[in-house]
Amino acid sequence: MSTMSIISYQEAARQAVAEEMRRDKRVWALGEDLGRGGVFGQYKGLVEEFGPERIADTPISEATIMGASVGAALVGTRPVVEMRFADFALCAVDEMVNQAAKARFMFGGQARVPMVIRQPSGMWRSSAAQHSQSLEAWYTHIPGLVVAAPYTPADNKGLLKSAIRCDDPVIYIEHKANWDLEGEVPDDDDYLVPLGPARLAREGADITLVTWSKMVGEAEQAALLAAEQGIDIEIIDLRTLWPWDQEMVFASVAKTKRLMVVHEAVQVGGFGAEIAATVAEHMAHVLVAPIRRLGAPRAPISYAKPLEDLLRITPEKIVALASEQMAV
Amino acid sequence: MSRQATSTDGHNIDRDRLVDLYRTMRRIRAFEEAAEKASITGQVGGAVHLSIGQEAIAAGVCANLRQTDQITTTHRGHGHCIAKGTDPGAMMLELFGKEGGTCGGKGGSMHIADFEVGMLGANGVVAAGLPIAVGAAHGAKLMGEDRVVVCFFGDGAINRGPFMEALNWATVFKLSVLFVCEQNGFASTTHSDAVTGGGGANARAESLGLEAHTVDGNDVAAVDALVADLIPRIRGGSGPMFLSANTYRLKGHTSMDPALYRDQDQAAAQWDVDPLIRAADELRRLGLADSDLAAIDSAATGEMSRVSEAADAADTPALEHAFADIQDVGAPVWEAQS
Ligand SMILES: Cc1ncc(C[n+]2csc(CCOP(=O)(O)OP(=O)(O)O)c2C)c(N)n1
Ligand SMILES: [Mg+2]
Repeated sequence: MSTMSIISYQEAARQAVAEEMRRDKRVWALGEDLGRGGVFGQYKGLVEEFGPERIADTPISEATIMGASVGAALVGTRPVVEMRFADFALCAVDEMVNQAAKARFMFGGQARVPMVIRQPSGMWRSSAAQHSQSLEAWYTHIPGLVVAAPYTPADNKGLLKSAIRCDDPVIYIEHKANWDLEGEVPDDDDYLVPLGPARLAREGADITLVTWSKMVGEAEQAALLAAEQGIDIEIIDLRTLWPWDQEMVFASVAKTKRLMVVHEAVQVGGFGAEIAATVAEHMAHVLVAPIRRLGAPRAPISYAKPLEDLLRITPEKIVALASEQMAV
Repeated sequence: MSRQATSTDGHNIDRDRLVDLYRTMRRIRAFEEAAEKASITGQVGGAVHLSIGQEAIAAGVCANLRQTDQITTTHRGHGHCIAKGTDPGAMMLELFGKEGGTCGGKGGSMHIADFEVGMLGANGVVAAGLPIAVGAAHGAKLMGEDRVVVCFFGDGAINRGPFMEALNWATVFKLSVLFVCEQNGFASTTHSDAVTGGGGANARAESLGLEAHTVDGNDVAAVDALVADLIPRIRGGSGPMFLSANTYRLKGHTSMDPALYRDQDQAAAQWDVDPLIRAADELRRLGLADSDLAAIDSAATGEMSRVSEAADAADTPALEHAFADIQDVGAPVWEAQS
């Protein structure tokens, strides 16, 4: 039986990288400021253990951080790419979408592109329009990419380790507001959470709520509030967005006959739309209420707190939507 | 630091070596002419960017590489592939979109790759090969291998951001990369000079800490001599170097482009300094018989017309390949259509 420790979401990821680097000499990490532990401290202590070649400090050259990682992956190394903020990955979209995601296919399977692209995402400390975005839906649209967005510290360890061992390019979305979130995490060096399967975060009978990343926390609070009104919400933490766990979602909807999808990203064109549409295509006949989505309004994220808060998905908003669903 | 290579002009190149270089160039030319023909007939569907007139660079550079050395190239990359050792038969199948192509028919002209000979891929995105080449060299360094990576790109590519990023990166990490800029005067229909500020490619390279050289890219012996000097230095740990090879794109941007936007007299005059003619003249001066030259030419033409015929006759890929080699996790499921 493996032992457990209470550690933070950030520490869990740090352990994942360290363990995988010890296990496999081909794994290395690169990005800006990694030598001092990375901007959020996710790489603290790693350069001391692995040296500056494997914990590489790079120039502020996102396109080449990503593009060089593609080249290095094609020749047999396994880069962990640190994008610092998800928003900056946009300076490397060609390298992600046209190169990393396509090379294996275009070249007829001659090579793989095993790389993990870490993208710290989401609203955090009044960071405004260019440091707060949740853009995960874009990547789910790209054949060739895997997309993961863990919520718990245990998942941040187990999924990151799986992502590093995966031969596909994996977009790995960590929520910045989760860095200090603590939870039980297995100490086991081989603790892996597979890419794909969702996690049933809470059992419930009345509504299936599908969500991911930090919104799992909001959903859990909402479920407590809703319970006071006699509404029993089942929460599915998707954890991996591509591929997503249709089986678990379908089974849950078959039981509750109601679905809501909640995400921090802009609602329009969000990944919630894909889930809603898929469930509607396959299960419309079992639903007793229209599927509902809850995402951010289609507005850039403001700096001023009251304006920023307008866009925030809160437990109260989730409960309000749940009550509407139950009233149908 | 910029140096002009002295033209070897028959003084010190070994005749056998020049014969080999000439043969490579002639095979590239014959491949391109066969591809052009197949493109015009519609047997080859997508855009075909011919390297006619630029063969000396591919031949002269790749003659100095080991099979374990690696290259990346561009949309105009057929010559580099052939010079690095890719089978033209598999390349032609790829252009025709057929089974047995280098990429199983899924890439086409702009995505030819052949990892077995160190050809890490052509690219449909201008300048995208630079960061990838740099990364391949970074990987070699991490793994302690003494490979050299050559990155071919055009004079248009130097105006994209990844050019600056990749050169700087190669300097910072002291990587074994030779950047080869094919200065063919054009970026699509635009004169490269008209859209390039400052001192151009070499000035930019030097400002980023690279030793930069210029060579007459239509003189295969000169390219060969210079690169023969640079590669061992790079392999020995000198760090990255830069080479501008001056040449001319004798054909249009694609096989369909009559290139009427350029001065037609000037363009016609460039055929007189065709690198193949220059190499053949040199060989004659070195005593090679016309009949020997003709034999090389007809062997190349024969080889490439055979690969074209074979490609035409080959099967298209099985439909399920459209869904193969996308990803391990979350791959689409192929359901045979009735
Ligand atoms: C990023 C990007 N922008 C534009 C294009 C369209 N395009 C293809 S080739 C080309 C010209 C490239 O010129 P150069 O780099 O000099 O190469 P050459 O064609 O002369 O070999 C352009 C603009 C592209 N493929 N990629
Ligand atoms: Mg050009």
